[in-house]
Amino acid sequence: MSRIREMFDSIDGGALVAYVMGGDPDLEASVGVAEAVLRGGADIIELGIPFSDPIADGRSIQAAGVRALKSGTKPADVLRIASYVKKTRDVPVVVMTYFNPILAKGPAAFLDAARRSGVDGVIVPDLPLDEAKKFGDVARARGIDSVLLAAPTTGEERMKEIVANTSGFLYLVSVLGVTGAREQLKDNAIRLVKFANGFTRGKVPLGVGFGISKPEHVRAVIGAGADAAIVGSAIVDMVASVDSGEDEALGRIEAYVRSMKLAARSA
Amino acid sequence: MPEGGRFGRYGGQYVPEALVAAVKELEEAYRRFRADDEFKSDLAGLLKNYAGRPTSLYFAGNMTKKAGGAKIYLKREDLLHGGAHKINNTLGQGLLAKRMGKRRVIAETGAGQHGVATAMACAALGLKSEVYMGAEDVERQKLNVFRMELLGTEVHPVDAGSRTLKDAINEALRDWVTNLADTYYLIGSVVGPHPYPVIVRDFQSVIGREIARQALSAQGAFPDALVACVGGGSNSIGTFYPFLRKRDVDLYGVEAGGTGEDHNAATLSYGRIGVVHGMMTYILQDEYGQIGQTHSIAAGLDYPGVGPEHAYLKDTKRVAYVTANDEEAVEAFHLLAKEEGILPALESAHAVAYAMKLAASMKPDECVVVTLSGRGDKDVQIIGERKGFES
Repeated sequence: MSRIREMFDSIDGGALVAYVMGGDPDLEASVGVAEAVLRGGADIIELGIPFSDPIADGRSIQAAGVRALKSGTKPADVLRIASYVKKTRDVPVVVMTYFNPILAKGPAAFLDAARRSGVDGVIVPDLPLDEAKKFGDVARARGIDSVLLAAPTTGEERMKEIVANTSGFLYLVSVLGVTGAREQLKDNAIRLVKFANGFTRGKVPLGVGFGISKPEHVRAVIGAGADAAIVGSAIVDMVASVDSGEDEALGRIEAYVRSMKLAARSA
Repeated sequence: MPEGGRFGRYGGQYVPEALVAAVKELEEAYRRFRADDEFKSDLAGLLKNYAGRPTSLYFAGNMTKKAGGAKIYLKREDLLHGGAHKINNTLGQGLLAKRMGKRRVIAETGAGQHGVATAMACAALGLKSEVYMGAEDVERQKLNVFRMELLGTEVHPVDAGSRTLKDAINEALRDWVTNLADTYYLIGSVVGPHPYPVIVRDFQSVIGREIARQALSAQGAFPDALVACVGGGSNSIGTFYPFLRKRDVDLYGVEAGGTGEDHNAATLSYGRIGVVHGMMTYILQDEYGQIGQTHSIAAGLDYPGVGPEHAYLKDTKRVAYVTANDEEAVEAFHLLAKEEGILPALESAHAVAYAMKLAASMKPDECVVVTLSGRGDKDVQIIGERKGFES
């Protein structure tokens, strides 16, 4: 069983997946952020490898990517953060990036490097389903889960196919749109979680992301049947407002992650 | 349409899951309307009466003499409403959007030519339009921003990334994924996820079809060679497509050579295979897959990707892709102005520059057609500044 699935099996209640952009604002500072997120108790760390043209991301994560690229972050640097995280605490690490940086290295070579760094899963939001199947085989052959995404526009047939091909968990995009913290979770997000849950139940854990920024959002999606809530932009926004290594800001991130995780567990 | 939206290995639909339903919907709608007689006759009417088709195929006698080789003809897309070939596509897609029941049209633009053509088509068709434009381009192309606003379009400056065309496309894709139900994304070149490269090619192929007809009536034969500039590649694919199977017609795509090997927008000449804007194609990128800044004196060629069908035509060698640099384009601009009284767009001037060399190497009984994709009024200031005039 994969490390990610083991984690889901071992906890009581919902899980919290926390996103950190590798290299934002620079390598050292992002390691600090990852440590704060770990101290806050994140169940999975999602590490972003910055890409110049992130079409699935909203302003916050785009800006984080720009900061990371400006400070010279390379994919290998982010994999080094992954292996540091794995040595610090045994939580699953999932890397998220777009297909082009993976293609530039070659998918097999990229996945080899990811495995050597202890990466447990990969998320590639612009990989079409047909290619995601092949890519998933290459990943799983290396013990790495390939996490696929489903969206509000995903119909029943396609949902079945995606659920059958994802591993680790299913990443459900809760809104039509891009990543970004939102004030309110819409009613149809909850309906969507229930709909997806009908396909994932008993097969694969269901993670819900995009727009989740408050403990009540976490409670709502877990309450509707999700196994994990995924928070990204809200953390990235906190990083944006701090200077490298500032303890107080890192403390705020840690406290925020803790509150989100408590919400996940207590839902 | 090509199998799975691929040209060989290129193209495809590299989009987030939320957009998959949208590209499928578009594929379905396009399949239906492209064969619909009413759609076809509506479009033909607009192209004739609104845009000004057919455009002429002009024998450039003075340029021919100057080159001292093959006869040079100019396909005058610069005479179209709006001053460029872009209107062929915006009218076609605008009509498609309307048939699909979409009320809101979004588009990206670099220099602003596609934005202006979108604004015109949408005004004529009664559609609401919004255009994304890199903040850097908004600064550089104030006049086109004003033109779009006069035509009733809202222009959104894009501050993200490198603040240029590629970022405007990213932003348009983000808007589309957020507003799928009522929004049509009207892409301006043969780029993006399938079916866009096919749709835009089809709407621009009117250029090549007219060339074939006009060349036959002018000299009783097809041209020996066709030359067109390649940025994203819409005017060139429109020129080439009807001739792809006519093997004795040589095809030349001219990319922007910029100021040299490290400073250009010649994607097919210097790029590597990758994925951007929903398609697999050649891309100017660094070794880590980050997509970089490009450079060309012609803003309309300043794009780090290229249409996937061009990538395929390069690999199969059906089209020869060559470059003309900034300086050669400017020279060709001046030459065409003085010899023929035509100010070409700097984009098109790249094609003119190469065509002059090509014609010189050919025989007098042979014939070269150059697609003049747009007029150069928009570039007068750039030329002026380059000459050191007060602007």
